[in-house]
Amino acid sequence: MLRAELEHSLGVLMLDVTLELRPGRTLALAGPSGAGKTTILRMLAGVATPACGRIVHGEDVWLDSRGGVCWAPERRRCGYVVQDYALFPHLSAWRNVAYPLRELPRRERRARALSLLERFGITALADERPQRLSGGERQRLALARALAVDPALLLLDEPLSALDPRTRAGAMRTLAAALRDLDVPAVLVTHDWAQAVHLSDEVAVIDHGRIVQRGTATELAGTPANAFVADFTGAVVLTGVVRARTGELTEVELDGGGSVLSTVGTGNGRVAVSLYPWEITISRGTGGPVESAQNRLRARIATMTTVGNRVRLALEAGQPLVAELTAKASRELELAVGTEVIASWKATATRLTAL
Amino acid sequence: MRTNRWFALALGLALCVTLVFLALPVVAVFTHTAPRALFHSLGDAATVDALRLSLTTTAIAVAIIVVIGTPAAFLLATRRFAGRSLLLTLIELPLVLPPAVAGIGLLAAVGPGGILGGVLRGAHVQLVLETAGVVVALTFVAAPFYIRQAHAAFEAVPASLRDASRTLGSGEAATFLRVALPVALPGLLAGLALAWGRAVGEFGATLMFAGSLRGVTQTAPLAIYDRFASDFPGALALSAILVAVSACLLLTIKLFGGWGIAGAAR
Repeated sequence: MLRAELEHSLGVLMLDVTLELRPGRTLALAGPSGAGKTTILRMLAGVATPACGRIVHGEDVWLDSRGGVCWAPERRRCGYVVQDYALFPHLSAWRNVAYPLRELPRRERRARALSLLERFGITALADERPQRLSGGERQRLALARALAVDPALLLLDEPLSALDPRTRAGAMRTLAAALRDLDVPAVLVTHDWAQAVHLSDEVAVIDHGRIVQRGTATELAGTPANAFVADFTGAVVLTGVVRARTGELTEVELDGGGSVLSTVGTGNGRVAVSLYPWEITISRGTGGPVESAQNRLRARIATMTTVGNRVRLALEAGQPLVAELTAKASRELELAVGTEVIASWKATATRLTAL
Repeated sequence: MRTNRWFALALGLALCVTLVFLALPVVAVFTHTAPRALFHSLGDAATVDALRLSLTTTAIAVAIIVVIGTPAAFLLATRRFAGRSLLLTLIELPLVLPPAVAGIGLLAAVGPGGILGGVLRGAHVQLVLETAGVVVALTFVAAPFYIRQAHAAFEAVPASLRDASRTLGSGEAATFLRVALPVALPGLLAGLALAWGRAVGEFGATLMFAGSLRGVTQTAPLAIYDRFASDFPGALALSAILVAVSACLLLTIKLFGGWGIAGAAR
C-alpha cells in the first residue's frame, strides 16, 4: 500500500494531492502539461522534496516533513522511467540494466541483465550503446532497467510520448503486459486519455495541482466531475446558460445560438454541456420523422476524418461539435465537406455541469 | 544556393593568413635547427635539467589541479547557491591576469612577507626560489583553464542522468563516480590538455615568484629565455624539443580522449 500526501508551491500553482494505491494496481495521473504531474513522480521517487508531505510505503515511512524523515532516492528504490528515459550514454545496453545490480557477483549481474533484456525482446542489442537504439528499443531498455531495481514502486513519466505513432502501439502492448505482471503499485503520468484507459486500473485527473476526479476510465467518461474532465475524456463540451426547467427536463440556451434539453437537473446559471461524439446522430433535411432525440442542432460539415471504419465529423454550429458515425452511414447519407446536416442526440445523453 | 565568389575568396584568404601567421614561427623553430644541433643540445646537462624540471613540475601541478579542481567544478556545476556566479568569475580571473601580476600576487600571498608567509615559515615550507614554488605558480595560472572546462563538461551532463542513478540505488558519491565523471570525461580531458599546455608554457609568474635557478626552478621556457642572448642555436634547439613534447602531449590526450569515449563501452 502506498499513501502519499504532498503539498508544494510550484510558482503559479499550489500542488496539493493525496494518493492511495494498492500493490499491483496502476494509477494514471492525467491532465494538461504543467499541471504538476511530473513533480508528483519526482517527489515519490525522492529526487524532489515537497514543502510539506508524508509518503508511506507499506511499513516504511519514506517522507514525513513534520517528523523530519526523508529517505534518499537510493533508499526508496523506485523504478522510475523518465520522459527522455535517461539512459546512460557511456554504458552498453546490458550495463545500463546491470547498473543497479552492484551487490550481485559479476557473472550473475550479466545473466540477470540479459534475462531482463530477453523479457523485452532486445537481447540482441545487449552490447549496443543507447544512442544506437531506436525510440521503441530505448523505451524497452529503460523499462528493463527500472525493473532491474526490483522496485518497490514503479513510476512512468509519459513512457510513450517520445515514440512515433507506429512504434507507440507496440510499446503500449509491451508496457501493458509489464504492468499486468507487476505486484507493486505503479503510477503513470500521461496527457493522453487513450493511454490512461489502456494502461491503468484507475485514472486521477489533475488540473492546477489538484486531483479533480479519480475513478475508473468508465466512471470518468460517464460522469465527468466537470467540464475539464469531460473535455479530457474526449467528450464534446458546449457552454450555455440554464433558461428554464420543464418537468424532468432542463433547457439550456447555448452560447452562439440554439438550445438543448437535458435530463440532468444540476445548477442554474452558466453550465457546461457534455456529450460524446458517438452519441450524436446525423441526418439530412429539415423536417424528417419524429425521433426520440430531443436535441437538434443545425450544422455544416467542416472536415471529415476516417478513423478505421468510422468517420469523424467536425461540425460548424453555434459552437463546434464533433460527431462520429460509421463509414457506411456516411456513404448512405452522401455526406461531404460543406453539407448541411442536423445533429441530434438524446436529452439523457446530455450531461450538465456547473461552470 | 548561390555562393558569392568574392565572399568565399575573402574567407579563404583570411584562413590562409591565419594559417601562415600561426604556423610559420613553429615551422621556423624546426627549419632553423640543424638535427645535429638538436641532438647536441639534448646531451647538454642544462637542457636535460630544464626539460626534466618542466615535466615533473607540470605533472605535479596538473595532478593537483585535477584532484582538487574536479570535485570543485562538479559542485559549481550541480548546485545552485547564492554568490555562485561571483565565485565562478573569481575562479576564472587568473585567465585574464597578466603573468607579472600573477607573480606579484603570489609573492604577496604566499611569499616570505606575504599573508600566509608566517604560517608557511612556521611549517618550514619554503616556496620562493624552490621547485615547490614553481608548482605553486603553475597551479595558479593553469587551474582556471581546467576548472572552466570541467565546469562546462559537468553542466552538460543532464540532471536526469544523475536522478536516474540515484533512483537506481547509487548514492551521491557513487553517482559522481559512475555517471557524472565518465559522461563528462571527454570535456575533462580537453580541460586537462589546456591546463597542461598553459603550465608547460608558463614563464612570467614562475620567473617572478620562483626565480630562475638552474635545476631548481629553471623550467624549459625560462632556460630558453636564459640562453637566447648568448646561445641562440641552443635556445632554438630547446624550443624545438618543447614544441615536440607539447605536440606529443596534446596528441596523446586527444587520442586518450577518443579512447575514453569508445572504451567505456567495454
